[in-house]
Amino acid sequence: MWIYQKKLEFPVNITNPDLRMAKQLMAQYGGPDSELGAATRYLTQRFSMPDDRIRATLNDIGTEELAHWEIVGVMIMQSMRGASLRELEEAGLLGYYTIHNHAVFPADPNGIPFTASYIQASGDPITDITWDMAAEQGARATYEHLMNMTDSEEYLAPLRFLRAREIVHYQRFGECLNILNELFPDGKQNLMRR
Amino acid sequence: MTREELLNRISEIQFVCVELNLYLDTHPDDANAAADYYSYSVMLNGLMKSYEQQYGPLLGFGHSAAAEGSWVCSEWPFE
Repeated sequence: MWIYQKKLEFPVNITNPDLRMAKQLMAQYGGPDSELGAATRYLTQRFSMPDDRIRATLNDIGTEELAHWEIVGVMIMQSMRGASLRELEEAGLLGYYTIHNHAVFPADPNGIPFTASYIQASGDPITDITWDMAAEQGARATYEHLMNMTDSEEYLAPLRFLRAREIVHYQRFGECLNILNELFPDGKQNLMRR
Repeated sequence: MTREELLNRISEIQFVCVELNLYLDTHPDDANAAADYYSYSVMLNGLMKSYEQQYGPLLGFGHSAAAEGSWVCSEWPFE
């Protein structure tokens, strides 16, 4: 089970909201390399992992990703807070407003809703961990794109933190891949009884 | 320390714990890291206890046995 902690992993306090950022941040709330995708991917994959160290890594990184999903959600919420219809329209969020008002909904900046096809659970540990390493790099790149769009420290500080976490997670998954290569030097992890 | 300062201090120490926890997932035999993890965990528990005594529970489902404050009414992190 999970125990909720009533605080953010990294503080967010947006006093000068930028609706453009609200829209683009949705990439990390409901896009293909979003924190939601990361959390569900890892927490699902852990069930079929053959080693305690890798189960622990997926469990704990998946849990941390939920905290990152919350941080991105708070950033979007605070960026849309108090916005008028005209401001929403100028930011390209009128269609979003029609369907979701000021709710924070897991869709990407183009309005495409989150889908389970963004996640991967092949049952083959090497495939899954390799996928996870690519997903961490994808999320790092997305955070860098987001950081290119703003000069505001209120946005940059949490984005820098989230970007750095992707790098650490990539490192841990790389170690998981090494563990798997030691466990299955002959690549026979899929041998099945007929 | 103000409430915000204490919360930031908790976040800092908790971050060390998160990092060491993930590191230990792939390095379970690293005794130095395990010792650091233990001492920072003790520090984190102390800070959380002191926060909860003043400002109310940080954890739900019985994990914060604070007599002060209410889970429902203390500030939510997305406010």
